[in-house]
Amino acid sequence: MDLIEVMRYGFVQRAMIAGVLIAAVSALLGMFLVLRRFSLIGDGLAHTTFGSVAVVLLIGVSPLYVTVAALPLVIISSLAIYKLTSSSKINADAAIGIVSSLGIAAGIILASLSGGFNVDLFSYLFGNILTVNNTELILAFIVFVVVTAVVVYLYDDLFALTFDQDLAYSMGVKTRRINIILFLLTAVAAVLAMKVAGIMLVSALLILPALTALQLSMSFRKTMVASVGFAVAAVLCGIVLAFMMNLPAGAMIVLLNICFLFVVFAAKKLSVPRR
Amino acid sequence: MPVIRVDDLTFRYNGIDVISNISFAVEKGTYLGIVGPNGSGKSTLIKNILGILRPEQGRVELFGTLLGSFRQWEKIGYLPQRLNALNTHFPGTVEEIVQMGLTQKDADALKRTLEMMAIGHLSSRLIGELSYGEQQRAMLARALIRRPELLIFDEPTTALDPETREMFYSLTGEMSRQDGTTVILVTHDIGVIGEYAHNLLYLDKKVIFSGTFKDFCSSRDMAGIFGPSSQHIICHQHDRTTGASDGFD
Repeated sequence: MDLIEVMRYGFVQRAMIAGVLIAAVSALLGMFLVLRRFSLIGDGLAHTTFGSVAVVLLIGVSPLYVTVAALPLVIISSLAIYKLTSSSKINADAAIGIVSSLGIAAGIILASLSGGFNVDLFSYLFGNILTVNNTELILAFIVFVVVTAVVVYLYDDLFALTFDQDLAYSMGVKTRRINIILFLLTAVAAVLAMKVAGIMLVSALLILPALTALQLSMSFRKTMVASVGFAVAAVLCGIVLAFMMNLPAGAMIVLLNICFLFVVFAAKKLSVPRR
Repeated sequence: MPVIRVDDLTFRYNGIDVISNISFAVEKGTYLGIVGPNGSGKSTLIKNILGILRPEQGRVELFGTLLGSFRQWEKIGYLPQRLNALNTHFPGTVEEIVQMGLTQKDADALKRTLEMMAIGHLSSRLIGELSYGEQQRAMLARALIRRPELLIFDEPTTALDPETREMFYSLTGEMSRQDGTTVILVTHDIGVIGEYAHNLLYLDKKVIFSGTFKDFCSSRDMAGIFGPSSQHIICHQHDRTTGASDGFD
């Protein structure tokens, strides 16, 4: 099956468009999260998504709307992580760990209590971008527009906050408000990314493109653009390769992201003259 | 109207007073040196003044406005102490960092400020690739580029070479004298700060001493803390640099 033939399928087209939008959103947000040492927040929120999906399925929401219905609980969880980390008595990684384990434990208990769901809850663990429906495509587009607008509009504030929170505060940046916006957008991105890569691999979409771009040692703006570029390339190539080789798309996308990281890392090492 | 007024400020961490019942005011154009031993609450005081930390008790006014209602942050240039926490992978160039927070980018001001700090040649380099001293110069440039009315520096000279340190002191001293810029400097460099500061605040969780450097040199309380000979050396060092005499010789 050649590339043209693959692209003719409606579900592949939907997967590619949604994948590109979600990858771009994750890469944009990932830049700020990685630099602020919140890399694992995607992991934490993804685990919370597992619990949220279990609740949503338990109350009988149609599988078509699971992604949208799971959002409120994940958003609440992201605010809980923010509250815990800003209390300064709990480190960020520990706060993420608390919320994350609560999400998974609640999900397993709910699944057990209900005696199983019609939809396999555990399919969300590994995601399937090829099953993206129109509702999720529209949601991905809305989130892409919102995140891009927020990053453009608040670029200076986000830059200052990422560099140093105290310094940003002394410059009049509304650090609390912007932190909350960042956490909320990350929650939405994590739910969407679950569809692409599955709960187990959501954090990869947030972390890897930013890490790869950071190896290039460019200015902040250029690094952001490069991060989105790597993320989008991984999604497009990943979907095509997965479809042609009959392999899971989410895992393929993540593996490609890791390949990009190693290639850029190796190229950087080789380009530095040895002493 | 004082540029800063602090009334009965107390900040606790885990139930322990880090600073307690601090009160003082800083008038426009004053160069104030805040000194004290490690853990005396100097940086905590600065963070409370800027609203980064919230006190248990007391109030702060900036330019006559209560801190909670203060919005004119462009009037303040701040250099925090812990630049060593800087992420070495941060992808910001010196140019991006120095212009951070400027609503209108000003190429001339950027060039002038970078040249003044002798880092014009580093403008396109990533901040994380620079030495600590160069990073500190970039951060000083960032604080100075807006020509703010109030400069707050938290141990800014620690990593600077003697030449840049001297340049820093004379530049901030000149800004205070000629432009009426108010300067607050947290430092351990008590001998040197006496040359430039109008007033000294000696902090050890509370205000132990507040007055001029001359008052400091004649204070029996300070002699008790530093020991008479150390106090003499500090004040003598100041005399040598300024040519002044407070009658210690």
